[in-house]
Amino acid sequence: MNLMMLLEMASAGFADRVAVSDGSTSLTYGQLFASAGAAAARLKESGAKHLAILDTSSPAVPVALFASAWAGVPFVPLNYRLTDEELERLTSQISPALLVTDAERAGSLKGLDGIEVVERGEFMGQAASGESLDASSWPMDPDDIAILLFTSGTTGPPKAAVIRHKHLTAYILTTVEFGLAGEEDAQLVSVPPYHIAGMATLCSSIYAGRRIVQLPNFAADEWLRMASGEQVTNAFVVPTMLSRIIDELGVGGVAQVPSLRAVAYGGGKMPLPVIEKAMEAFPNADFTQAYGLTETSSTIAVLGPDDHRSARGSEDPAVRKRLTSVGQPIPTVVVEIRDDEGKVLGPNEHGEIYVSGEQVSGEYLGKGSLLGTDGFFPTRDGGYLDEEGYLFLDGRQDDIIVRGGENMSPGEIEDVLLEHEAVRDVAVVGVPDEQWGEAVAAAVVLHPGAAVEAAALQAFVTERLRSSRSPSTLVFREELPYNETGKLLRRVVREDLRGADS
Amino acid sequence: MAEIKAGTRLRSAVCDTEVMVVAAPGGGADLTCGGAAMVALGEDPSGGEPAADAAEGTQLGKRYVNEAGDLEVLCTKPGNGSLGAGGQLLAIKEAKPLPSSD
Repeated sequence: MNLMMLLEMASAGFADRVAVSDGSTSLTYGQLFASAGAAAARLKESGAKHLAILDTSSPAVPVALFASAWAGVPFVPLNYRLTDEELERLTSQISPALLVTDAERAGSLKGLDGIEVVERGEFMGQAASGESLDASSWPMDPDDIAILLFTSGTTGPPKAAVIRHKHLTAYILTTVEFGLAGEEDAQLVSVPPYHIAGMATLCSSIYAGRRIVQLPNFAADEWLRMASGEQVTNAFVVPTMLSRIIDELGVGGVAQVPSLRAVAYGGGKMPLPVIEKAMEAFPNADFTQAYGLTETSSTIAVLGPDDHRSARGSEDPAVRKRLTSVGQPIPTVVVEIRDDEGKVLGPNEHGEIYVSGEQVSGEYLGKGSLLGTDGFFPTRDGGYLDEEGYLFLDGRQDDIIVRGGENMSPGEIEDVLLEHEAVRDVAVVGVPDEQWGEAVAAAVVLHPGAAVEAAALQAFVTERLRSSRSPSTLVFREELPYNETGKLLRRVVREDLRGADS
Repeated sequence: MAEIKAGTRLRSAVCDTEVMVVAAPGGGADLTCGGAAMVALGEDPSGGEPAADAAEGTQLGKRYVNEAGDLEVLCTKPGNGSLGAGGQLLAIKEAKPLPSSD
């Protein structure tokens, strides 16, 4: 098994179709295949043991991904926001390596030990004209590492999640139908390459034959412009992007992107008001939520378009609630909810989400695998399954607030606060408390022009949940801290709220 | 019965067809293409033509299954022969893709 199988089949099936473009350069499947082969030849000759890319999205990313696969070395997409110092700590783990980056950065990175820095233009130029390695000369050991993804390392130094060829090809081959996309299908990708969704979307689009349209730096107006300009049919976004797109459209605004038929989202919690507004702003689009982790090669549960519509239109509160779920596990994985002792729990019982399947890696470079002997990976996400098998998230286990011996999920309290019409965004965290161990604290962002007292919001929570869940500290902020991929940075909120007083 | 499992790659002995096994029954299976036993990738095909009753052709990217549903192969390279196992021809598996989620 090798990711190259996906590109080989695509190139054989539709060589002249455009595979990827970023608005200025584009490659057909045939050109992508040939470029990957030439870049692979260069890689082999260089003696590099890894190919890294430190850049925003561009056609160089899929060329580099498949060149790595062809040459039999791991691909390492890096976060371009990393400082030179942070970068050095990562590159020392992958040396000797070839590092592709933009001209400006190439200049400042010359001194990295064991790292051959290549400017993106030069990399693509050689790939376009160089001689390719023999077709089908890529290694086929399914255990070979395909991709290393360094996680953001909020506790301790960043560690690299290991995705082997068998994980990603299993995921793509079992969930994507080959060549099903039509000539006019195009997927707008605005998530960065160092995010697992960024990698998965490249592979699934290529295997489906769906043209990839890359938007290197997300901005809501640019997204809307590109979506209609490129006649995009599909898009993948993280929830914060969708939120900004809705803001851009304005209250009650409907998007003028007639070609857009399908919007998929994932990578973070989707607030209920945002998805509801999105379904109104894009009335003709199918919405799909994908829940997955880097360690599971992306998606393990899906809330499909039918689920979105029936949840939204239902009188039954249990069905409506499903719009806040992450859907049902995909057929090729098994999801279990387990308690602290590892006992498998039943419907509506809260615990930790465990998952097993061919696409599940759970391994980190140099740290071994977190997979249990039974093949199940502990996700560290809390959640539960309802009677019909819909999966609901309670938030990261690490984010659970323990107040006076009582476990509380921040998500539950956040969802309630979001129901208040003045509240636009909220983060609930635990802060140290002498009396309770931890106390509930909230950072609230209001809608522009809205006004409400902290006490009113605290009472709002008490009415709907109970007093123990009401934030004892509630402060207002202009915005919450998110990283590049739309993940809320709870530790930053925690730091902020530790000293705060309401 | 030939021991095959998910990931095993085979080629036709009498045409260009290549497949990758997606699922196989525990006891293995004897895959044929064009009526002749399939061989490992890399082995030289014996030459010859697909048998007249097994020459419908295979399609790139399609999955083929047996009646029991426990044998499934993905066609990674098309050819003129038809896939079979246990004396029966394999059928194209109906595509029931997940909504595009990536």
